[in-house]
Amino acid sequence: MLEQLEKLYQDAMAELEAVTSSEALREWDSRTLGQKGAVTLLLRGIGGLPKEERADFGKRANEVKLALAEAFAARETLVREHELARDLEEGQIDVTLPGRGRAVGGLHPSTQTLRELYHIWADMGFQVYRSRDVESDEMNFTLLNIPEHHPARDMWDTFHTTTPGVILRTHTSPGQVRAMRELGGDGSQPIRVILPGMCYRYEQVTTRSEMQFHQLEGLAIGRNIRMSDLKGTVTEFARRMFGANAAVRFRASYFPFTEPSMEIDVECFLCGGSGCRVCKYAGWLEIAGAGMVHPTVLRNGGYDPSQWSGFAFGMGPERMAMLKHGITDIRYFWGNDLRFLEQF
Amino acid sequence: MEIPVSWLKEYVDIDVPVELLAEKMTVAGLEVGAITYLGVPQGFVEGIRWPVSEHLVWDREKIVLGAIREVQPHPNADRLVIALVDYGGAELEATVTGAPNLFPYKGVGPLQSPLWTPFAKEGAEVWDGHSEVRKRMILKEKPLRGIPNRCMVCSEYELGISDEHEGILLMQQQPTNTVTGQPAAPGTPLQDVLGDIILTVELTPNLARCFSVLGVAREVAALLDKPLRQPSHEVLMEGAGIAGEVEIEIREPELNPRFTLMLLRGTTIQPSPEWLQRRLKLVGQRPINNIVDVTNYITFEIGQPLHAFDYDKLKARAGSATPTIITRLPTPGETLETLDEVQRTLEPHNILVCDRAGVLSMGGIIGGAETEISDTTTNVLLEAANWNFINIRRSMQSQKVFTDAGTRFSRGVHPSQALLGVQRGIELMRQFGGGQVAQGVVDVYPLPAPTVQVDLRVAEVERILGMSFSAAECAALLRRLSFGVDVEGDVLHVTVPDYRMDISSDPITGQADLIEEIARVHGYNQIPATIIADMMPAQRANVELEREELARDVMVALGLRETISYRLTTPEREAMLTPGANSTSHETYVELANPLMAERSALRHTLLISLLESAVANARYTTQQQLFEIGNVYLKREGEALPDEPRRLGILITGPRRVESWQQDESNTPVDFYDLKGVVDGLLRGLHIGGVSYARSTHPSLHPGRSAQVLLNGRALGDFGELHPLVAQNFELNGGAPLLVAEFDLDALLERVEPNYGVLPLPTTPPVYQDIALVVGEETTAAAVEATIIKAGGNMLKGARLFDVYRGEPIPAGHKSLAYSLVYQADDRTLTDGEVAKVHQKIVKTCERELGAKLRA
Repeated sequence: MLEQLEKLYQDAMAELEAVTSSEALREWDSRTLGQKGAVTLLLRGIGGLPKEERADFGKRANEVKLALAEAFAARETLVREHELARDLEEGQIDVTLPGRGRAVGGLHPSTQTLRELYHIWADMGFQVYRSRDVESDEMNFTLLNIPEHHPARDMWDTFHTTTPGVILRTHTSPGQVRAMRELGGDGSQPIRVILPGMCYRYEQVTTRSEMQFHQLEGLAIGRNIRMSDLKGTVTEFARRMFGANAAVRFRASYFPFTEPSMEIDVECFLCGGSGCRVCKYAGWLEIAGAGMVHPTVLRNGGYDPSQWSGFAFGMGPERMAMLKHGITDIRYFWGNDLRFLEQF
Repeated sequence: MEIPVSWLKEYVDIDVPVELLAEKMTVAGLEVGAITYLGVPQGFVEGIRWPVSEHLVWDREKIVLGAIREVQPHPNADRLVIALVDYGGAELEATVTGAPNLFPYKGVGPLQSPLWTPFAKEGAEVWDGHSEVRKRMILKEKPLRGIPNRCMVCSEYELGISDEHEGILLMQQQPTNTVTGQPAAPGTPLQDVLGDIILTVELTPNLARCFSVLGVAREVAALLDKPLRQPSHEVLMEGAGIAGEVEIEIREPELNPRFTLMLLRGTTIQPSPEWLQRRLKLVGQRPINNIVDVTNYITFEIGQPLHAFDYDKLKARAGSATPTIITRLPTPGETLETLDEVQRTLEPHNILVCDRAGVLSMGGIIGGAETEISDTTTNVLLEAANWNFINIRRSMQSQKVFTDAGTRFSRGVHPSQALLGVQRGIELMRQFGGGQVAQGVVDVYPLPAPTVQVDLRVAEVERILGMSFSAAECAALLRRLSFGVDVEGDVLHVTVPDYRMDISSDPITGQADLIEEIARVHGYNQIPATIIADMMPAQRANVELEREELARDVMVALGLRETISYRLTTPEREAMLTPGANSTSHETYVELANPLMAERSALRHTLLISLLESAVANARYTTQQQLFEIGNVYLKREGEALPDEPRRLGILITGPRRVESWQQDESNTPVDFYDLKGVVDGLLRGLHIGGVSYARSTHPSLHPGRSAQVLLNGRALGDFGELHPLVAQNFELNGGAPLLVAEFDLDALLERVEPNYGVLPLPTTPPVYQDIALVVGEETTAAAVEATIIKAGGNMLKGARLFDVYRGEPIPAGHKSLAYSLVYQADDRTLTDGEVAKVHQKIVKTCERELGAKLRA
């Protein structure tokens, strides 16, 4: 028996020396030290030994078992290290193969631009006020100092509904009067809001013009709101939206609901003002119409124009997105072509 | 409006480069949209950018004024002639040309007075008149049918003046050297004769006063701070008085506040002077004859449209009576054939110029054919009138006739201009056609326009502009625009020039109007930029919008792509969403009275129409679509003019569940009802809306078996499911993977958002997991099984997740096996095996008792 034990020990050690993989290691472990392994089986035979031999055999068997276990542990460390090294060395894949695609959601570019505008204006104390798409002629025109049949109406090509006096709003400006009446406390409270919304115009749909588009209007009313404040506020906005060095130009213009009225240009951020196709080689990009709220509109909103003043501005989120991303066709916006949307 | 700089200079000195002038005008509200150069080089001013012009610059040496002295036949070609041109050189230059407008002079010998023409010498660069595309060419010597030829007499096309290429540019009269003001000699650089710059000025509706060269000149004079030279209104009147020759009767003074007439006797109809014809061409008018041209010229020069009658025709119509001009509204059914050869049925508001015999013209818009000037006219009655601008605009729109006269009147012309116009017009007609002007003006002015006076407080300027001006500074700026100003302390008494109809007489609005003028002339860029110092208003959250944006974020997190669609569709298209719908109700739609296109005539009732439209478009190139849209629909309300505009959330998913990959082990299974339900569950979880239940949907657009309605406390929030096969067929979307769609009442949904939702503490005790598989009849819903499990499980059961549904052997027919993974956990201790077994047993027993379920072995 003792000889058998010694032979087993010698053989097992020799076999262990030859083991080079975790799999073979496990197999050796189970064959040698496992519950049905050779050492266990041999130990079971201890009962067949004469009594006086049992103690020596048992002692030696335990020594062998311990030695084998120690050798196994050492070998295991070695094999693991070896295998890890091999995996790190040989387990290389083609990292240039494409990744497995995932369905990625995304916001429409108009929503993204609107949110950017909300954030910037919120920082300046302007909150969002929204009003309806289908408007009365009175709100959309008359109360904004654009009487019926007035030539200024030629500035907006209007969709009329079959209900007389009801139109699709041509701009978000009717929201000015609604905001003043709702938030103004009968002309006693200051207001600072932005008014985003979908607008509609009876205009041929081309790469440059749409029958439906977003507008974002701003309105500030107070006892001490001046044109210099309009300039300062819009300049700050332009710096946030178009970069810290954005130069802004204010040109006289005309809107019936503001006076003085102006167009606001920002220096072309694509060419730095040196002239390119996007700015039509003028160096300037038109970004907003603006002005001081007309006394008639203040009156219609419930304010006394000799005590209160205000400014208003309007800008086009789609136009801004087009400028920023070099989009050449405004029709992409409502076409919802995934090949367009997935680029945002 | 086109403004030739050469014409503008007649009224104001311009001592800055045109590009700088254009910039100043643009910043002051007279936006210069384009600068067109005729022959002269483009200027470049530091700091001002204009697109580089690709026009032809006329070489000062090589393109000059020529005088054709004789036109000889070509010995070898009938279609060519030889022009002998004096170009300032020692000898005449024999130049071969095929210009048809020289043929009348062929072979008549030396001309008594020369024909003036542009003359290009060898080496000159011109536009190639024989090329189909616009292309430059350099003149080279080349014999034409045996005759040596090295120069060219030019057409307008070859010089880049217009597209005219039928003949060469010919002038009967010697033109003027615009630099010296003297007659231009042969050999004068053509730049100094015909060279010009045209400003295209975009006029906003408030700039009615600038609808003429003089009007723009006034603004330019103010901007450059230069004096303005007014055109003369003096008339040489020699003939017998006009009294008794014609009378005027105005019946609608509100619509026709003033009417003036002057009479020119014994004039001759002939071509206008060369310079006037050229000016008219530069502003886009075709010269006709001296009388018609003057009416057009005055329209463009001072902005007062004129109308010339053949006086003898009026006289003939009047018979023995004195011709009487009557302005009035039409009688019912009255008609008029206008100069554009249109027979018009007049509308009740169309103001007319008539005589006792009938209608002569549509007042202020277009003349009638019958009394127009002809080649044999000798006595001209000239009208300058004033019309109500709103009525003119209405009439132009209702009659769909848009003329230069009507456009000006529709923007507003002051009645004072009528007298100035008729005087200047009749005098120019006399100068160009001869004859005698009858003494006096017949001037009926029943409604004189009051002079507008506004008091401006200087403090008001600072209150609005945020920049302080002294009274003297304000006065100086206003005077540059010809306002009359009396300063009295800190108040300016301002008298408004009559042509400034944009300045209101209302004390408050009038002040605002003047403040704008001060800012404009001073320069908007001179006004400082400040931060708002005014009180900050009460801050308020826009909860509606914030929750809407939250819903968008949740949808994006679920992997969906946002669309935004046209909100216009048609009732017929929306009817395609209901299988078997054979009638379309238009009454409930907000419909357009003037749709731009037939397929966008009414506002939508549902987002499904928008999403399906996008799906159809995308289906052309992709099978996988995962879309959502948030937006309004428009529902007409009984008894209300304005519709309800509720918000909706729409979803559409279709195609492979996973993005296609190069690895073939990925599933290409198309999405089904449960994918969409996963999106719906995700949405509700993302919005923290709990406690919803699902019922079968009756939505007509959805598959009746594979669709559900979402309910919360008995209120429907929306429907979702597989698109009805017949609807898919209507949109030609059948045949591929099923389309799964949803539409929610977003207002109702977002109302239920719990912003302050609670959060559970993390457990500190270990969970015990056990699975359970129950066999139930097909009629038993998963929701019922789950509810029973949860009820029986009590406090100790923390979760039950369905992980398998199995039908088939050994499950009996008509039954299914539902397997749940159950989580047991106590909040305060580790559960023993015995405790878990007890609860588990209770669940099994309850399901057996209440659902007839059997534990699957």
